[in-house]
Amino acid sequence: MFSFLRQAITVTLVSIRTIPQRLSSSLVAVVGIAGVVVVFVAVLSIGEGFKKTMTSAGRTDRAIVMRGGADSEMSSGLGGPDTETIKQAPGTLHDGERAVASSEMFVIIDLNRKSTGTAANVPLRGVDAPVQIVRPEAKIVEGRMLRFGTNEAVVGRAANRQFVGTNIGDQIRSGTVTWNVVGIFEMSGSVAETEIWCDVRVLQGAYNRGNSYQSVLARLDSAASFDGFKNWLTTQPSIDVQVRRESEYYESQSRALTSLVETIGYGIAVLMGIGAIFGAVLTMYAAVVTRTREIATLRALGFGALPVLLSVLGESLVLALVGGALGGALAYIGFNGYQTSTMNWQSFSQVAFAFAVTPALLIQGLSYALVMGLLGGFFPAVRAARLPISKALREL
Amino acid sequence: MKYLPLIWRNLLRRKFRTTLTLLAILVSFLLFGMLMVLRVAFSGGVDIAGVDRLMMMNKITIMMPLPISYLPRIQAVPNVKLVTHSSWFGGIYQDPSTNVFEFAVEPETYMAMYPEFKLPPAQMEAWLADRQGCIVGRDLANRLGWKLGDRIPIQGTFNRPKGGDGVTWEFNLVGIYDGNKDVDKTQFLFRYDYLDENRRGQQGATGWYLIKVADPSKAAETAAAIDALFENSSFESKTSTEKAVAQSFANQVGDIGSIMKAVATVVLFIILIIAANTMALSVRERTNELAAMKAMGYPDGLLLTLVLVESVALAVIGGALGMFFAYLITLGGDPTNGFLPLFSLPMRDMIIGLTLAVLLGLLAGTIPAVYAMRLRITDALRRN
Repeated sequence: MFSFLRQAITVTLVSIRTIPQRLSSSLVAVVGIAGVVVVFVAVLSIGEGFKKTMTSAGRTDRAIVMRGGADSEMSSGLGGPDTETIKQAPGTLHDGERAVASSEMFVIIDLNRKSTGTAANVPLRGVDAPVQIVRPEAKIVEGRMLRFGTNEAVVGRAANRQFVGTNIGDQIRSGTVTWNVVGIFEMSGSVAETEIWCDVRVLQGAYNRGNSYQSVLARLDSAASFDGFKNWLTTQPSIDVQVRRESEYYESQSRALTSLVETIGYGIAVLMGIGAIFGAVLTMYAAVVTRTREIATLRALGFGALPVLLSVLGESLVLALVGGALGGALAYIGFNGYQTSTMNWQSFSQVAFAFAVTPALLIQGLSYALVMGLLGGFFPAVRAARLPISKALREL
Repeated sequence: MKYLPLIWRNLLRRKFRTTLTLLAILVSFLLFGMLMVLRVAFSGGVDIAGVDRLMMMNKITIMMPLPISYLPRIQAVPNVKLVTHSSWFGGIYQDPSTNVFEFAVEPETYMAMYPEFKLPPAQMEAWLADRQGCIVGRDLANRLGWKLGDRIPIQGTFNRPKGGDGVTWEFNLVGIYDGNKDVDKTQFLFRYDYLDENRRGQQGATGWYLIKVADPSKAAETAAAIDALFENSSFESKTSTEKAVAQSFANQVGDIGSIMKAVATVVLFIILIIAANTMALSVRERTNELAAMKAMGYPDGLLLTLVLVESVALAVIGGALGMFFAYLITLGGDPTNGFLPLFSLPMRDMIIGLTLAVLLGLLAGTIPAVYAMRLRITDALRRN
């Protein structure tokens, strides 16, 4: 057993040391696999980045209340009296006498994107005075918070980066209303940073919405209070609402796009992978052919068939590992943190996010590279092991 | 021509290697084809938007309504041939993942606006006779297994009916429209008068107007004239060509086109070095033979051409098969449950693909071909 292992390691080291002699052919396998890994990791990092932005907004101890049957804030509507009822639900956190809940409106305005200069749907959220207690992670990083009762607005960090005319001191016009930007806020890199916030009552007036809202975001005593909160609200005969944990709500909003990106990413990776495996097979066959004399000599010296097989597989795996590492590194350098924005079809508005090349993705890419190396090396390895010694030596 | 058997024999010399290379090229071009399909699917019909159609929406955002009373005023603007309107209904069939998108329209003018939607005249009559009637695209009907005469319940979200349970709207499927492969066959269209009469609130509001102009070269002036009509009213408008609207939506989704092109470039680069490697291996194996041919008096140029033709033949056979399989896949229709209504491979991209295959063959064959041409007979024969 020991000698078997030693044989396998020796032969593998020999074949790896001779890679430079077959450099151009080996490079084909490395570049092929690296290319697949770059594309695979880069495409999936779009989905990862989007998911990260969407889900980091959601907390388990916050609940979003919308009209029954509404699948997003866009399609929801709640009357003023309904929102007052919602604020009485047990389990809501209180700040003195006041419920820590924000009745909100969610509309869309057109602003131009800095990158293309073309119009984009930007979400404008009307918020209620306790918004900063409801969302304690929202921090004003430049300027100041808006004053309620005025037409002042604060702009999310990502919105400020993506859209024209959203700096402090700028005026945002939408129809007959003008919003004065007085501050920039951050909220742990979440989807909220693509939003613009203003006083919900001023927004109601501007959009002729009377005393109606679209959602209520409530902070709970604790994550565990959710069930009681939900049961109380859904059994009130006077209102027809649906209650979801904020974390679940954003998770479901991100699902459609994330799964689309994943389907496309895996599809591309599988097809490209097949091409790269064929490339690796060709490379390894060529390697076996050029090393016929060497392999036959080793066999004649008493090395077993299995160590020879393992050595060819080992070489293939080393090439794949180099390709995978190269591809992962290129994807990380080229795409990690790349800022962009896309349309979130559920809310019909823009979401700014950054490509996220996560360690899990890199490991996935590297594993895929090794699978390609294994499949690409297998048949050439079997062939090398089966080489008839006498015939091989006579041929040369 | 007389050299074809020679090229063919050379390709078949190492059947296994040729097959693998061919398969690698095939898969790459299949992928290229699919990437182009995605590019078209995501660009949302920018290429097929009618040049003579304008879209007029609320200046603030398309999500805000416009009054239905604007219709006759738009009709009176010079160069306007036809006006209709459409409202996004925002209902849910069974659950949101069924991706059914309903629009309330005026049947006669809407179908006149989109002559590419083919609806049998008898079904059109049935629609005009039934206020609760709706028509759907062939792809949508196939996906959800709907048949003529079906009664389809749709849950209203922001549009709530006055009667019934206050949530559910019922429609009768009276027509299924069809169209060629560039037409979105996933729409669900029903009558605006039925919506407006039965919804709670929002009476007299519509989503956007569609305007056909007589002279497309004057579209910009016509759009400006329409917007001038409603300036300083409480519902200001923004009119642009359908193409510009489609482009703006595609921009909002992001630059999918560039991503697809970047991936395609990487794919083609990888296949290029794989094919070049194969050609280099097979030419090097034939060193003896090439030297012998030279010794017999074959001119250098002919050897160069023979190697290049062999390489191009391999690439074109693989490329054409790959594109063909991509085309076969698009015949199966949108695999994403209604996300990508336009799922087809344009002729233009097929031609680009074949051109790229020829280029790939030429590039992959260049180095080996030059090697074959420069081969010195004495060196090559002595080396053995």
